[in-house]
Amino acid sequence: MITRALFNLSDTGSRIFLGILLAVAVLVPALNLLVPETSAFHIPTHIVPLFGKYVCYAVLALALDLVWGYCGILSLGHAAFFALGGYAMGMYLMRQIGTRGVYSHPILPDFMVFLDWQNLPWFWYGFDLFPFALFMVFLLPGILAFVFGWLAFRSRVSGVYLSIITQAMTYALLLAFFRNEMGFGGNNGLTDFKDILGFDIQAQTTRATLFVASIATLALSYIIARLIVTSTYGKILIAIRDAESRTRFLGYRVENYKLLAFVVSACMAGVAGALYVPQVGIINPSEFQPANSIEAVIWVAVGGRGTLTGAALGAVVVNFLKTTFTTGLLAPYWLFALGGLFVCTTLFLPKGIVGTISSFIAHRKAVKQQAKDASENRIPDAAE
Amino acid sequence: MPIVIRNARDLALILTTIILALASLSLFGSSSVRAQSTLAHSSDLDRALELFKARGYAETMKAVDIIAASGVPHAPAILTALSKRRVYLSKEASIAVYRTDHKYFDFQSAKQLATKPEGMKSVRVNNRVRNVIKAALGTLELRAKDPNLRIRAAEVIFKSKDLSVLPTLEKLIPQEKNMRVKQALEIARAALILATPDTKSAAAVDAKLSAISVLEARSNQIAVTALSPATQSTNKRISDAAKLAVVNIERWLSVLGNIQNVWYGLSLGSVLLLTAIGLAITFGVMGVINMAHGEMVMLGAYTTFVIQEAFRAYAPGAFDLSLFVAVPAAFAVAGLVGIAIERGVIRFLYGRPLETLLATWGISLFLQQTVRTIFGPTNREVGAPSFMSGGFDFLGLAITYNRLWIIVFTFIVFVALLAILKATTLGLEMRAVTQNRRMAASMGIRTGYVDAMTFGLGSGIAGIAGVALSQIDNVSPNLGQNYIIDSFMVVVFGGVGNLWGTLVSAFALGITNKFLEPWVGAVLAKIFILVLLILFIQKRPRGLFALKGRAIEA
Repeated sequence: MITRALFNLSDTGSRIFLGILLAVAVLVPALNLLVPETSAFHIPTHIVPLFGKYVCYAVLALALDLVWGYCGILSLGHAAFFALGGYAMGMYLMRQIGTRGVYSHPILPDFMVFLDWQNLPWFWYGFDLFPFALFMVFLLPGILAFVFGWLAFRSRVSGVYLSIITQAMTYALLLAFFRNEMGFGGNNGLTDFKDILGFDIQAQTTRATLFVASIATLALSYIIARLIVTSTYGKILIAIRDAESRTRFLGYRVENYKLLAFVVSACMAGVAGALYVPQVGIINPSEFQPANSIEAVIWVAVGGRGTLTGAALGAVVVNFLKTTFTTGLLAPYWLFALGGLFVCTTLFLPKGIVGTISSFIAHRKAVKQQAKDASENRIPDAAE
Repeated sequence: MPIVIRNARDLALILTTIILALASLSLFGSSSVRAQSTLAHSSDLDRALELFKARGYAETMKAVDIIAASGVPHAPAILTALSKRRVYLSKEASIAVYRTDHKYFDFQSAKQLATKPEGMKSVRVNNRVRNVIKAALGTLELRAKDPNLRIRAAEVIFKSKDLSVLPTLEKLIPQEKNMRVKQALEIARAALILATPDTKSAAAVDAKLSAISVLEARSNQIAVTALSPATQSTNKRISDAAKLAVVNIERWLSVLGNIQNVWYGLSLGSVLLLTAIGLAITFGVMGVINMAHGEMVMLGAYTTFVIQEAFRAYAPGAFDLSLFVAVPAAFAVAGLVGIAIERGVIRFLYGRPLETLLATWGISLFLQQTVRTIFGPTNREVGAPSFMSGGFDFLGLAITYNRLWIIVFTFIVFVALLAILKATTLGLEMRAVTQNRRMAASMGIRTGYVDAMTFGLGSGIAGIAGVALSQIDNVSPNLGQNYIIDSFMVVVFGGVGNLWGTLVSAFALGITNKFLEPWVGAVLAKIFILVLLILFIQKRPRGLFALKGRAIEA
């Protein structure tokens, strides 16, 4: 079992990807903490959470690639799972503020005191405990995905219809979280966090640790996703993606296969959100915006749908571009660039960066093999 | 003389003549009315001046009545001045002025005088005259020339319950000629009568009973408040009648509330239908997920803005016509952009709906940013033509003209679209391509051309929706984003490829939304609708009116 798992991870792509992750996980904290600030190699402290943010997005992209790339479910609601995980973590961080809030209330977060609430709402209980919050980070997106997926896949809602109703789902949540009565801080969301597990959230070392944790999560998510897609179960997922009716007629319970993938993917997105919040320092309802979900889809498309490594790469590349564009003189042109990226990727780069490169490599190999076969004067094998 | 229109120039000539004639007519009409009213005022004031000349208290009192009844705008100022002895007559009593805060004004024209007039004597008043002035001031508006002012005064009295006005009301009601004003006065009187303390006299009881029936006929929330003292009356007949009236009114009000909800729902539904109907063509008929549909609506709204700016600059007098120009212009702009998108991007992506979705989303970002670059990120002011502003009261329903016209407009667009699909060659070809693309191609239909035209039609109708939306929503680059999810919901709920389904679903969603709103608030109502829709799609994945047959398993 373990040897097979290791075998499934021993392909070139995985080795390169995990190697890069390991290198980044060592280099970024080292260049930030150990190299003096005057050095050209020093990474400023404010850059570390920015990289951390990219890594969280990469996890989200990976989650999306698992369902879209391997199962054909184009979810336009993954931002909802991401934000739910984020809110679960945000609630833990809010409870950690304690009396250091503006109103110095020992239990109630500031916004509840401001709204003149007397007691903590029931759904906030337990969030002062980190293990409980961590459990909720998995559970909340998981439950939402399970209920939603169970209903949708059982009644065979698929294709664009599914995309549209997932979008409606995240839109409904967006509207709901905007309401103050929901008890999640309304418009402003949750912010002003002080510390996490007793460590100051602004501290250099905490930030570096969170970054390493994000990288570790990305690596773990990749390994899980890779094991899923290379297993027999993964093969059936791909069969569903390519010919859903045919797979059903072969006797597979398509809805169950889809549901499992969807729930796993949602949990992954939730963890990504949970790591995102302490690094960015705020979670508010705008994270539920349908536009965010669609943007996540374009990360996957740019990197390469159905490649896993490509999804992560796409998330980092597109977000790096976004940061470069939106912080400089080019800011007004960011939407042009993003829009152009959407159109060009779908028209000219349907396989994405990684997909195109790997098919190019495969093509080169085939040509070489052919040349070798020709020189050996052997008729190429029909199976090739 | 029969008018024969031979060519476009004749048509233009005729139209210009008609417009000029109408314009001059309205100008002439308004100026003559104005002249008449000034005439009436000055003759009243002349009579008052004659009476002042007599310099007797009795004549002054008469003059007060005349001034109060004249309805001139500065009558309150004159009367206030008079009670303070600040109305002055010249020696020969041909000129009069009045003073307010050390400024002197001409009695007749109310123009301020540059200098303090010399050698004038003030008109004398005593306390009896002052009392008359006070009463006149209290009911001044009731005697105003403008019937709307009189109605407003009656409503003020109705709310104030000032019993001292009752005698004046009794005096004025028989004199009143205008039926609407008379009705308002009677209702005010009824409220006052009910507010008077109970007496045993039979006449008073009868008066109260008839007052109750007058208020019951008015049937609104204010009438209920006015009836409330009567429900506590010691006289059982009065209190029973009042209670019954309150019950009747409240029943009517709840019916009215429901009708009002239906009206609001129709209004929201028509907006939903307008925005969704273009999508019903592109998504429903062609199967293209056009995420840039909202931006087509936005382009339509901005076209309206540009057209209106042009009208403001070159033909401000014909501003009311701007919307009639904007409709075809918006159709053309959005339609051409739609055709460009279809030919440039979408046609390479047929059969790959998810990619189409992403590409059109990219186009929507592009269009938004283009508009933001050209017109700026802030809201643009789109004016309402005169026939779309204001509203009227229909059996207690508040109906605004812009909502009414949008509903009418929506139905016109819907019928026109049905006609295009059913009665034109293009419509026939569209339906053929939808049903069986390859067979249609074999029959010699240029499917590429039909695709482009269909997409152009759907986009053009979105542009028209933008003209309507510019009248009720903010015109900003984000305009389309607010409608795109709703539009998709309407189309999916109604059933793809079915215009009637879109119609039913738009109004069903609109009305349901408006019935939920009073209970749970606007945001929660919307959330409920979305959740209901998500659940509904589980039950009927192909919508209310799904296409039957082999077409469904796409």
